[in-house]
Amino acid sequence: MSDAESPTDFDPTAPNTGEDFEPVDVFPDSTDFDLRPGADSCYKCSTCDTNCPVAEVDDDFPGPKFQGPEQWRLKQNDDEHTIDDSVMSCSNCMRCDNACPSGVPLSQMHNTARGEYVSEQMSKTSVEYWRNRILSNYRTSAWLASKVPRLANFAMNFGPARWALEKTMGVTSEREFPEFAQETFREWWQKEGAAAGSRERAREHRRRRGESADADKKVAYFHGCYSNYNTTEVGKAMVRVFEHFGYEVVVPEQKCSGTPMFANGMLSDARRHAEVNVSSMSDLVDQGYDAIASCTSCSMALRQEYPELFDIDGIDEVAAHTFESLEYLRIHEDLRGELDAAEVDGDLAKEFAYHAPCHARNQGLEHQSVELFRDLEGVGIEDVGESCSGISGTYGWKEEKYEKSMEIGEEMFEHMEDADGDTGMTECPTCAMQMEHGTGYDIRHPLELLEAAIVD
Amino acid sequence: MAIESEVLVVGGGLAGLTSALAAAREGADVRLVSYKQSTLRNASGLVDILGYTPEGDGPLTDPFEAIPELPDEHPYQTVGLHTIREAMALFDDVAPDYRGGHTDTNALLPTHGGTIKPTARYPAGASAGLASDTRDVLLVGLESMVDFDAQHAAAHLEATGVPFDVRGVTIRFPGDLRADAKITRYAKLLDTNGEVAVRGRTVPARDALAQRVNTERDGEERVGFPAILGDDDDAGVRATLREKLGADVFEVPMGPPSLPGLRLEDALFAALDESGASIETGNPVVDYDGEGHVEQVYVEKNGARIPNSADQYVLATGGLVGKGVESEREGVYEPVFDCHVPHADDRYEWFDTEAFGDHQFARFGVETDDDLRPTAGDGGVEFDNLRAAGSILGGYDFAAEKSGSGVSIATGYAAGQRAAQEAR
Repeated sequence: MSDAESPTDFDPTAPNTGEDFEPVDVFPDSTDFDLRPGADSCYKCSTCDTNCPVAEVDDDFPGPKFQGPEQWRLKQNDDEHTIDDSVMSCSNCMRCDNACPSGVPLSQMHNTARGEYVSEQMSKTSVEYWRNRILSNYRTSAWLASKVPRLANFAMNFGPARWALEKTMGVTSEREFPEFAQETFREWWQKEGAAAGSRERAREHRRRRGESADADKKVAYFHGCYSNYNTTEVGKAMVRVFEHFGYEVVVPEQKCSGTPMFANGMLSDARRHAEVNVSSMSDLVDQGYDAIASCTSCSMALRQEYPELFDIDGIDEVAAHTFESLEYLRIHEDLRGELDAAEVDGDLAKEFAYHAPCHARNQGLEHQSVELFRDLEGVGIEDVGESCSGISGTYGWKEEKYEKSMEIGEEMFEHMEDADGDTGMTECPTCAMQMEHGTGYDIRHPLELLEAAIVD
Repeated sequence: MAIESEVLVVGGGLAGLTSALAAAREGADVRLVSYKQSTLRNASGLVDILGYTPEGDGPLTDPFEAIPELPDEHPYQTVGLHTIREAMALFDDVAPDYRGGHTDTNALLPTHGGTIKPTARYPAGASAGLASDTRDVLLVGLESMVDFDAQHAAAHLEATGVPFDVRGVTIRFPGDLRADAKITRYAKLLDTNGEVAVRGRTVPARDALAQRVNTERDGEERVGFPAILGDDDDAGVRATLREKLGADVFEVPMGPPSLPGLRLEDALFAALDESGASIETGNPVVDYDGEGHVEQVYVEKNGARIPNSADQYVLATGGLVGKGVESEREGVYEPVFDCHVPHADDRYEWFDTEAFGDHQFARFGVETDDDLRPTAGDGGVEFDNLRAAGSILGGYDFAAEKSGSGVSIATGYAAGQRAAQEAR
């Protein structure tokens, strides 16, 4: 107990009851998102800090409580105060959001601070800026590579080229670049008859299922860059699974979700892409479609980062109508019943070491795959624990972050080795890269297993 | 369509987890939804049943002797002694790293402020620190960790009249950690026994820490550290230190964020996962359908409302701090189901002018029938299939009584078990 004397002039029996009390608008002219209520909600419990995978290994990183509410307050007090450059060490895993018992929008604060740091303090001629910009604009590189996939697959993993890339650009040569598909998902989709083909197949499935052929079941697929250019089997599985449940699928025009751009503070790049995505999705949402993503970072961007960072027409409606693929089926279909009756044999009858991506955790999806598949005949699945994989998209590709990234991932690698079998499973393409890199396992997506279980 | 289960538990703290575990062990299909991560990581990790009477008498030797004397509205009276014992047996079963279950008597544990806390269960890592033990103690503080001032804590302990000599020293944690390094940073370094630089040489972290403490130790048979000794492998960290120091090693429970709390959270979630329950954290329950009977509740995700339906529901959303009970200038309310929360009309009666006075707000919460179902102002139940557990219950002041964990475990157990039986 404090030794201080009790104040004597405080008389709570005669208080200012202020019946017409009105909260004061502190920054009435600001057009930015007002982060003050968020900063005020922080009561310094430091729970966020215990969730930060970077602070656990990086002695230069002050953690989310500093990056968020504390830095925000420092800046209000002092116009000279600039953003601390440690914000660039945040990997944007967003775990701190899920940790906060007081609802502080930590990742929104980090994204805002990082955006300001990059636009106002980072040299636009620095190697770091251009390296980050190229890494975060993966879609552009992937688009180019997809024109000549064989050549790209060779060139991107050609030793001397990678050595040069590390020395000149700071992209680690420790990692293998992902392989580009010979045919993109969208090319395949066109061959399958696109939306018209899907409508026909969905109607047939509805007939088979005893549902009305005209049932209003339609979804818009946000495949993201990776399912389009690299793991096209995930996109194909999504289409087949949803059609199996009688959904008509459309694949609207889309750009990168923006995930790597947020993590690198490239907010104007992200906004440009978001505008395209929101515009094409919001038209479809108006027509009764829901947006479905197979990558949990894409769904995270559309659901949370967009409305937190941008003011674009229709953005809130799109956020409220965006779902991860299995999550959507779990809500609207009897997924459990269907899986109870199913059995997997062949290629995917395996033991899976499942890792929940950080961005899946933040959407409340971390137990979903294990809960759905743990009783599925013919397969085994084991959660490899709550550790972050460590790659966090572009973070683990940076030469100066590579070691930290592997140190964060160590716990996951060990748990994968301990689990039965040698196949991994996750929703996130870059977590998959890290899992493969650390263990040599083949990594699959839950949609692929769902397809194997229920689609004939 | 909704996400379905037989029993739906709202809240992921000690009460919610115990509820879900009890219901799952009763054979029900259980789902637990929690807005954020469990608040257990803010808890010291000590599990108390009753340390003081509501009148402030104590520390109590035997909580089970004092419970029958509690006022009628106390949650312990609602569930009864027998249920409290069954509930603690469930806890002991799912938290094997806990000690104290061999006796009804309270243990006395030193806190990081140097006070003595009566508690029913404590982590194995704290057991060498018992205040009833007569071996001398060295408390080791870390320069960068201002939450634990070892000299100050030692002086306070001495003043309480403990039956041993206690001394505090403050050392620098080996390695070049930043001044505000997170507790998880220390824990990870010790878990992995990572190399740290000490005077130009690299040494495993556990060895380096033991070396530093050994230069300060003066024959004490027990050494206490702030609770940072590992997360995944805390037993291993303590074993190495014990061996290198030639002394018993214990952790002093700390304020938030707390590794012992985190370890307990992990143990309980693992047990729940093993029981086959489904778990979702990250999104709040915001609304419900039903009149006198809860049909379904809505989990809100970025503007989308996801229906979750069950036969039976358990409300374990916490008290005023956990936001299971909210207050405004006009009144006090329960935000999800709008269950009745009794309170004085004049808000100036809600508190006492003395900081440690008898505050009404400390006992704010829902009233229930004998079956833990919240009751309305007229005494009838609010919903026939909704039970409440933990600090959302009114009628007791857990902070003053040191009864928070015990009430959560006992009422969580009772609510979960009853819900599962009803759902059959």
